[in-house]
Amino acid sequence: MVNRIVVGAHYGLKDWIIQRATAIIMAIYTVIFLAVVGAVSPNSFEAWRGIFAGGFMKFITFLFFVSLFYHAWIGVRDIWMDYAKPDGLRLVLMIATAAVLVGYAGWAVQILWRM
Amino acid sequence: MTTRTMLFKIYRYDPDKDNAPYMQDISIEVDSVTDRKLLDVLVKLKAKDDTLSYRRSCREGICGSDAMNINGKNGLACLTEVKDLKEPVVLRPLPGLPVIRDLIVDMTQFFKQYHSIKPYLINDTPPPERERLQSPDDREELNGLYECILCACCSTSCPSFWWNPDKFVGPAGLLNAYRFIADTRDEATNARLDDLEDPYRLFRCHSIMNCVDVCPKGLNPTKAIGKIKEMMVRRAV
Repeated sequence: MVNRIVVGAHYGLKDWIIQRATAIIMAIYTVIFLAVVGAVSPNSFEAWRGIFAGGFMKFITFLFFVSLFYHAWIGVRDIWMDYAKPDGLRLVLMIATAAVLVGYAGWAVQILWRM
Repeated sequence: MTTRTMLFKIYRYDPDKDNAPYMQDISIEVDSVTDRKLLDVLVKLKAKDDTLSYRRSCREGICGSDAMNINGKNGLACLTEVKDLKEPVVLRPLPGLPVIRDLIVDMTQFFKQYHSIKPYLINDTPPPERERLQSPDDREELNGLYECILCACCSTSCPSFWWNPDKFVGPAGLLNAYRFIADTRDEATNARLDDLEDPYRLFRCHSIMNCVDVCPKGLNPTKAIGKIKEMMVRRAV
């Protein structure tokens, strides 16, 4: 294989839209979360647990975490694209990033539905 | 007529003689009437030391030859007012491109990206007897795009272009890409959008607007890039 510069993977728009959509979701969640915490003013573990006991809160918190991890995936992938020059290294770093984020998502589900 | 002495720190590098680049301090008498633009002073500096190398041509901001890094910001020497410059005036070549000598950079990579967007009208229909007409509104869209002089001030101030000059088209190339995407006489709109829909070619742009900050012609590549993305979204949803 000749070592030519190849460019033209023809993707990116979907990620660009999702990065913006997830940012909006996280911003809205932050407002709701602060409003709920402000209203409840939890001062014990049980009170904190109570906030996440309802189905709606579980749903939007899960949505927040999925948004956070997808947003982070695009951002961190961009960092590897800018700074990790060897293609093999970049692939390994991307796989590692994706693996960690999928793991985090599972962990978030486990924590949320344990409450 | 008043004269004053100005101190310049100029990046010097002659690969035939120097092992490494160095900054040279040069003082010069500057006349407030005849030496109004930085290029006037550079002409004087060259008369004093003819080994100093820089590009120049039209001296009125049309050719884009004398783009350089002036006190940390890219600009054209011929459009930069001497009276506005803080001393010592630090002159460096455009960042991110290989230096050929002193303030002269190798722009091959920059023009390669420009050519990659096919900077010409693509229309396979037989040309009409006179010319392909546009409505005044359609023509209006090309304002702020066609004026680009390809001086490379914008692309060489863009970190995304520094890290991936071989893959990212850069603000100048993308502004010109939109100039043809926006042109109602061009028929290759879809192919142009297909070509740019790429994580490297277009989506390295994170809208930090360094390009807008430095453009000596007052153009807005970030806005043009935003319009390309908007067209892609409209096409996709």
